[in-house]
Amino acid sequence: MTSEYDIAVIGGGNAALCAAMTAAEKGAKVVVLETAPKTYRGGNSRHTRNFRCMHSTPLGPLVEAYGEDEYFEDLLKVTGGKTDEKLARIAIRTSEECLPWMEAHGVRFQPSLSGTLSLARTNAFFMGGGKSLVNAYYRTADKLGVDVLYEANVTHLELEGDRISRVDYSHEGQHRSFAPRAVIIAAGGFQADTDWLTRAWGPPAQNFLIRGTPYNRGVVLADLLDQGVRSVGDPTQCHAVAIDGRAPKFDGGIVTRLDCVPFSIVVNKNAERFHDEGEDVWPKRYAIWGRLIANQPDQIGYVVIDARSLDLFMPSVFPPIKADTLEELAYKMGLPPERLLETVTAFNAACGDTSKFHPTELDGVTTSGLTPPKTNWARPITEAPIYGYSLRTGVTFTYLGLKVDEKARCSTENGFVRNLWAAGETMAGSILGQGYLAGFGMTIGTVFGRIAGREAANHAN
Amino acid sequence: MQTDLLREARRQAEICNACRYCEGYCSVFPALHQERFFSEANLTQLANLCHNCRGCYYACQYTAPHEFDLNLPKALAEVRQDSWESFAWPAPLARRFQESGVMIALATVLGFGVLFLAFRMLGSAGGSGFYAVLSHSAMVTIFLPAFLFPLLSIAVSLRRYWRATEGGRIDFDQVVDAFGSAAKMKNLAGGHGDGCNFEDEDRFSQARRFAHQAVMYGFLLCFASTTAGTILHYVFDMPAPYPFKSLPKLLGIPGGLLMVIGTIWLASLKLKADKSLGAPSAWGGEMGFILLLFLVALSGLGLYALGGTTAMPALLAIHLGSVLSFFLLTPYTKMVHGFYRLAALVRDEQRKSVG
Repeated sequence: MTSEYDIAVIGGGNAALCAAMTAAEKGAKVVVLETAPKTYRGGNSRHTRNFRCMHSTPLGPLVEAYGEDEYFEDLLKVTGGKTDEKLARIAIRTSEECLPWMEAHGVRFQPSLSGTLSLARTNAFFMGGGKSLVNAYYRTADKLGVDVLYEANVTHLELEGDRISRVDYSHEGQHRSFAPRAVIIAAGGFQADTDWLTRAWGPPAQNFLIRGTPYNRGVVLADLLDQGVRSVGDPTQCHAVAIDGRAPKFDGGIVTRLDCVPFSIVVNKNAERFHDEGEDVWPKRYAIWGRLIANQPDQIGYVVIDARSLDLFMPSVFPPIKADTLEELAYKMGLPPERLLETVTAFNAACGDTSKFHPTELDGVTTSGLTPPKTNWARPITEAPIYGYSLRTGVTFTYLGLKVDEKARCSTENGFVRNLWAAGETMAGSILGQGYLAGFGMTIGTVFGRIAGREAANHAN
Repeated sequence: MQTDLLREARRQAEICNACRYCEGYCSVFPALHQERFFSEANLTQLANLCHNCRGCYYACQYTAPHEFDLNLPKALAEVRQDSWESFAWPAPLARRFQESGVMIALATVLGFGVLFLAFRMLGSAGGSGFYAVLSHSAMVTIFLPAFLFPLLSIAVSLRRYWRATEGGRIDFDQVVDAFGSAAKMKNLAGGHGDGCNFEDEDRFSQARRFAHQAVMYGFLLCFASTTAGTILHYVFDMPAPYPFKSLPKLLGIPGGLLMVIGTIWLASLKLKADKSLGAPSAWGGEMGFILLLFLVALSGLGLYALGGTTAMPALLAIHLGSVLSFFLLTPYTKMVHGFYRLAALVRDEQRKSVG
């Protein structure tokens, strides 16, 4: 039944659907092989919420202007220069025409969400979030004649010389093969494969939580790398942040984030502080805390705040652990009570004048004579009730991916694979060498998904 | 109110509050995002503000089989249903009719019976037209209390609602804005204006919004028609029946047609929609209520068409009987949602003016 298809798209998230719709609009017969069941379709796109978009005048929900150079500089800041400028500029420049294209394909935008006003100029928010975008794309793809197979696990792409000659997959309990003219892989990274993550990172990775889909296991990525398709990105690295330690192993998404670290002290399981919690504003620091927690015993941390700080940050999915005294909190969180008391007492004693405390800017309210110091928002923890959260490392995505050129083509040492394109997180390492810029993953997925769809359709026709 | 329903709604509201992706869909989310902890007052208000457009359900990355198991439309529908039952006066009547279409049908048949009996016992006292079957004064004797009692009952309930949601003094602008929202059924438009999700999973459509407005405006036209008739009768001494080119008919016929079309449409949409995104226990009562409205409208139109034939007395009994049941059941059926919804919209305007 699958022999009639010109193009196989592997994956079912934003990039895959952008590729599938684009190719179908150019007349190709497309099948999407999505490994998740319908309820979990869409990969990590389900958890996204916005699209970072260049614009020279107000565009859709976006105010003012956001030029190419400013966008690129923002990218340079978070990646520390580890980016492919040519590809990055293609993504940035093309993003402007993508927004109306997305609307034409069913996506609806909304004004910047409460608590995210700082992004009103740069990021267009999907009404209802990423799953509603995914829903709209599946509806549009269906109208365009794209077929979708759910729970279709692609196991192998046969690389013969300079082309993919066969796609092997299992579906409804049967192993099947077919030979489409072109293949687009948009199947994300490998972060949901804990064994792979552990091989790359080491044993602590066993305790990491995966913020997104459990279906990004990197099966096809590994298969292609084994056959010599060129890779990009540090295989040992992943983007990780500190999230609520009570979050589920997979798929906790946005609601598990905790923004309270700057107003807290963070201790490890021995009730000892280990890093300056007030180093910088949270959006600039949340990514390093994933790594900091990963380096603590059992890969766990504990946030302690007092009643005055409770309303200074966005609520998380789980209510904080609440106690009238530090001892009670220590007991409830499984920390050594005397040690926690000592740590807090030492911290409180190191706090000075707090009259300049200002939650949204670097206020310079610092500790003195404490190691490690807290260099901003250092206010003693005194006012009951005392609240606590546990923190764990939450992995967003892995950096290792397929290296592509400006036409989203994959290659081996011998040159291009003539009928293989990659889009989305599978190739995002080509642009994001480290760090992350909010909403840029969707930009890469949309831009390179459309390029891959166009190129594959041209090849197939 | 039932604590298990409140607890579940609170659990879900806390997750929504940490996510906020649905902020643009309707009035519920901006109100929800303003809270940090959810009291019974908050949840009661949010539940009555929710129009069950279901946009948030289909957009949600945390619906089952995800372990967070979010189904906010259902959680709020159940609190809403429970709130109506707890605010109803007299309370024991509420649950029976809110949840049971069969009970509504029985009450309607009882309504027919009362009217037939009245025809037999009270008779015409020498009137003509409809009044040849039942005198005008007998009709007034039956319908005036049947109209006033529900109003009293609803007034008691709304007062309870207002206290429970900690509402303040109402000013005129708040009322105007609330009616404006209901007039356009803004909360079923989906924020983007594409409509809501109902009859076909995540596809946005205006069907439910338009069907609802057909029923609502149809009902208001019929109500205006009756009011016009009453004024003609008492002020201008012009008793029924009225000719086609009269205010009662010019209002009533389009009103009746809109109601018939709207109720059929709503019922067919309701059959296609996923029951588990509402309060499943109330489904029968809601459907029974739609059919009762349909019967009121259809029998009214029938009376217009066949008023001169021998079928008239039977049709009159059916029409007046169904109207009687409709009025008396108003505080205890889905009909009451209109009153609570308006109260919730006014309450939301108060929140906005404070917040």
